[in-house]
Amino acid sequence: MSALLRVSELVKTFGQGEAATRVLRGLSLTLAAGEMAALLGPSGSGKSTLLTILGTLMKPTSGSHVMLGVDLVAADDAALTEFRNRHIGFVFQFHNLLPDFTALENVVFPTAVREGRETAAARARGRDLLTRMGLGDRIDFPSSSLSGGQKQRVAVARALMNRPELVLADEPTGNLDRASAMQVMALIAEITRDEGTTFLISTHDEKIASLCRRQIVVGDGLVTG
Amino acid sequence: MFYALKIAMRYLTASKAQTALLVSGVAVGVFIFIFMSALIGGLAEFILSRTVGDISHVTIKAEDRDPAILIVPEGHILAVTERGRLRTATLTEAPTWVPLIESVPGVIAVSPQITGAGFLTRGAQVAQVSVTGLEPGRESAILNLDGYMVEGSARLGSGSVVLGRRLAGDLSLSLGQTLRLQSAGGVSTVLTLSGIFETGNGMIDGSSVFVALPTARTLFALPQGVTRIEIKLADLNAADATALRIRALTGLDAVPWTDGAGQLMEALNAQAQTGYFLKSFALITIVIGVASALLLSTYRRRPEIGIMRAMGAGRGFVVFVFVAQGALIGLMGGLTGAALGYLALLPFPARGDFRPGTLPMDITQGSYGLAITLTVIGAILASILPARAAARVDPVTAIGQ
Repeated sequence: MSALLRVSELVKTFGQGEAATRVLRGLSLTLAAGEMAALLGPSGSGKSTLLTILGTLMKPTSGSHVMLGVDLVAADDAALTEFRNRHIGFVFQFHNLLPDFTALENVVFPTAVREGRETAAARARGRDLLTRMGLGDRIDFPSSSLSGGQKQRVAVARALMNRPELVLADEPTGNLDRASAMQVMALIAEITRDEGTTFLISTHDEKIASLCRRQIVVGDGLVTG
Repeated sequence: MFYALKIAMRYLTASKAQTALLVSGVAVGVFIFIFMSALIGGLAEFILSRTVGDISHVTIKAEDRDPAILIVPEGHILAVTERGRLRTATLTEAPTWVPLIESVPGVIAVSPQITGAGFLTRGAQVAQVSVTGLEPGRESAILNLDGYMVEGSARLGSGSVVLGRRLAGDLSLSLGQTLRLQSAGGVSTVLTLSGIFETGNGMIDGSSVFVALPTARTLFALPQGVTRIEIKLADLNAADATALRIRALTGLDAVPWTDGAGQLMEALNAQAQTGYFLKSFALITIVIGVASALLLSTYRRRPEIGIMRAMGAGRGFVVFVFVAQGALIGLMGGLTGAALGYLALLPFPARGDFRPGTLPMDITQGSYGLAITLTVIGAILASILPARAAARVDPVTAIGQ
């Protein structure tokens, strides 16, 4: 499998002077296309910071970050925003849907914001994704009326809307019961297989991690295993 | 940006009560703006109609001729004829100019007149008066004599005179009585009182008498021409421009009413300035209201803004969402306020029917379009600060909230 992204010697420091905290200490990592990997490590190990940098929501203090051949450390905010929209999807622990929008409107958001309107094609893909997520009967429901598991499946559908090469999931099952968690993980595994999307899933749950083909362990700001 | 507009509308409809309250606040501001515009405009209209409505808007007076210089051929004696008080300057070509002036756009009436001083005598009583000779048929061209008549008729004929109620009272005159009018030059004539008017202006009611133009010719010994031409305009604010036009057309010294009305103009300007201040305060209230409401909304929606940014929404998109909300609030508030303002002004009498004791509200001077435009612009400006704050939201921090 070819490399989708490569980070090397990644350093991230928060604060300055004596209050400075170095969260990442020269971390290097390569992710292959179509890979489903779990990111493990104790709290404070730097997992969330790494995901945030990989998601182009934050820049490292030093080091390199290249994805799809693009140097993302050198890119400006506008370029990163467009890159993120086209190539990266997010699934957050608390789903983070837009509460005043329906399930379908939440899913098509990444495409609509890029094209300036909700096209018929985008809506068709959004419906298809929600149906695959088992939410065919909840398409036009306000997101606020869905259960926790349903919201998380909507969030997964939204992350996949623009057919991104990489989906970053930060504790996607952390807020769900076991059955819902397994349902979401099964969907992720299916999509990885069908669409060749790379998933990097941050989790504390060994059982969830065991469902992934690769486990990356982070400790003290470095990849330790 | 169509999609950003959809999101802006969704945000507004999601918090219906808050939006309704905000739109109501803006509408009240616009209502005050329109009410003030109608009141200030109506008041100016009322004051002008009461002070200037019955006077000439543009006046052409005969210019005094330079005194003749008599140079004695021998010696150094230079003699001039002194300007006589009784010798009146005349506009001899008036019959030619009147049709010309009448053709000038905006001119609604032209009144050639002969004016002068005189004495009105009845028995042993004598009053000094100002005599105006009017062309029969044009009695009400400038001063609306017909409208002010309390007894008799304004129609002037040979041997008839019309005067004010105060003067009639001073001399104990009643309709049909005869009286003697003598010009300052000593020519006198006997006239019959055919009408009594009351304008409410003490000067006019107490010392003005109106006679037919031929009578005035006799009194002031002017076989031809007139001493002044008074012109009334449809729009008295156009007096300066029309006077210039008449001057260019005839070569006569046409003087607009504004030339001798500095104090009135100052008072009207001061009144207009007060109106601007009040309207500015109304707009400032709108801007502050919209800005504070949108700032609160920005704070409340920080996590959502963070999600949008994470999903690939640029800063410009976020700015547009909040600016569009401001514009929509301004537009809805502006239209509502304008409609309410119009409805509130409907019961007031039209500008031509203003009466003392009532508010002279001019519904046509509500500045509805201006109020809506300024409100939308103000609301857009008010939303820029919250929009910029929203665009600066750090998605990482906001999503973590």
